[in-house]
Amino acid sequence: MDRVPILKIGPVLLVSIQVDMQDQMALALQEDLGQRIVDTGCRGVIIDITGLDIVDSFVGRTLSTIASISRVLDAETIVVGMRPAVAITLVELGLSLNGIRTALNVERGMELLARRADEDDFAEPDFVDEHEISKSP
Amino acid sequence: MALNAEQSERLNVLLTDRAEEISARWAEVAAAPLRGRLTVAEAARQTLDLQRQLQATLRAGATDVASDRSAELRAVLSEFSRGRARQGFTATETATTVLALKTAIYDVAGVEKGDEATLRDYVAWTSFIDELSLFTFESYTKARERIITEQNEQLLELSTPVVKLWEGVVSVPLVGTLDSARAQVVMERLLQALIDTGSPWAIIDITGVPAVDTQVAQHVLKTVMAARLMGAECIVSGIRPQIAQTIVALGIEFGDIVTKASLADALRHAIKMSGSELARSQRRAA
Repeated sequence: MDRVPILKIGPVLLVSIQVDMQDQMALALQEDLGQRIVDTGCRGVIIDITGLDIVDSFVGRTLSTIASISRVLDAETIVVGMRPAVAITLVELGLSLNGIRTALNVERGMELLARRADEDDFAEPDFVDEHEISKSP
Repeated sequence: MALNAEQSERLNVLLTDRAEEISARWAEVAAAPLRGRLTVAEAARQTLDLQRQLQATLRAGATDVASDRSAELRAVLSEFSRGRARQGFTATETATTVLALKTAIYDVAGVEKGDEATLRDYVAWTSFIDELSLFTFESYTKARERIITEQNEQLLELSTPVVKLWEGVVSVPLVGTLDSARAQVVMERLLQALIDTGSPWAIIDITGVPAVDTQVAQHVLKTVMAARLMGAECIVSGIRPQIAQTIVALGIEFGDIVTKASLADALRHAIKMSGSELARSQRRAA
C-alpha cells in the first residue's frame, strides 16, 4: 500500500497528497503523522491537498481527526490548496472540517504558522537566542 | 388538411382578382385586435407581404404548408413571427393576424350569400389558413425560446464579474436577484479567482441585490464557508438598512462573518488586516 510522504522543512512537517486518498492511506497517514510529530517535536503541520480531486466524508473526517491529534501533541495543522470544486462539494455535503485551519497555498500556510509561533511568543528558541546574543553588547 | 388542385387554383384566382379588396379588409381585421400598437398601414404592409407570398406559392401549385413548394411561404411566415416575437406581441396576436385572412375572404368572396360550392371551397381554404396560423404559432414559440436562451446567457455573463480591488483583495459585486444557478456560478468564479490571484481576502458586495431572503443568505453563507475551506476570508458588504432589518427579522445568523455597510469600509478592513499581517511579518524578518 502506498504511504503519503511526510517531509520535515525547518520547524514544519509538510504532507503533500498527490494521489487520490484511499481510506487505508488516510488511516496510515493519521498514524504516521502522530509518530513523526512526537519524533521531531515540530509544532506545525501543513497538509497540501492541491492534488486531490475528491474529498469524501471519510477523508474530510480523517483530516479533522488528524488536526485534533496534532493539537493534542501541541502542533497546529493547516490544510492548504483546496480546490474550488472540492470546497463547494464539502459545503454542499455540510462538512465544515471543524477545527481545521486553511490557507490558499503552502507559502501562506507557512506564513500563518510563523505568525502563530510569533503570537504565542514561541519562535524557535535557538533562533531567539541567537538574536538576543547578537543584540547584547 | 391539404387543398386539392382546383381549390388551390380557385383560391389563387380569388386572391389575384380581388387582391386589393382582400388586402384592405385583411389589414383592417388584423390591425383591430392590436389596439393601436401597430397602425393599419404597418399591418397592411405585413399582410400584403404574406398575401403576395401566398399568391406566389399557390401559383406554384402548392396545396400544403409542409410541402417543398411552400418553403418560401414558410420562410416569410417565420420571419413575420420572429419579428412579432421580438417586438413583444403575444402569440395570439401574431396568429390572429394570419387568421384574419379568413374573415377577409369570407367578406370579399360573399360566402354568406354564396352557393354550396362556394361554401365547400371556403371550408377547405379556412383549414389551409389554420395550418398557416399554426405554423406561425410554432415559429413564434421557437423565436421566443431563442430570445429567452440568449438573454439567460447574457445575464450570466454580465452578472458575475470578479474584480481585483487591491493586492490580495478580490470583490464580487452582486447585481440582481440571486437564484441557485447564479449563486453557483458566482461561487465558482469567486473561488477560482481566489486561486488565480492568490488573494486571502474576498468581498461579497450585495448592494445590487434587491432583497435578501433566507435562500440568498444561504447562498452567501455557503460561498463564505467554501472560501474559508480554501483558506480565504470573506467580508459581506453593501447591506442596506432595510435589508439589515429583513435579515434580523428572518433570524439569519451571519455568525463570525465580517459584515460592513459599504464596499469602501470592507476594503479598508481587508487592507488593515492584511497590512497588520505584513507589519508582523516585517517585524519578524527584522
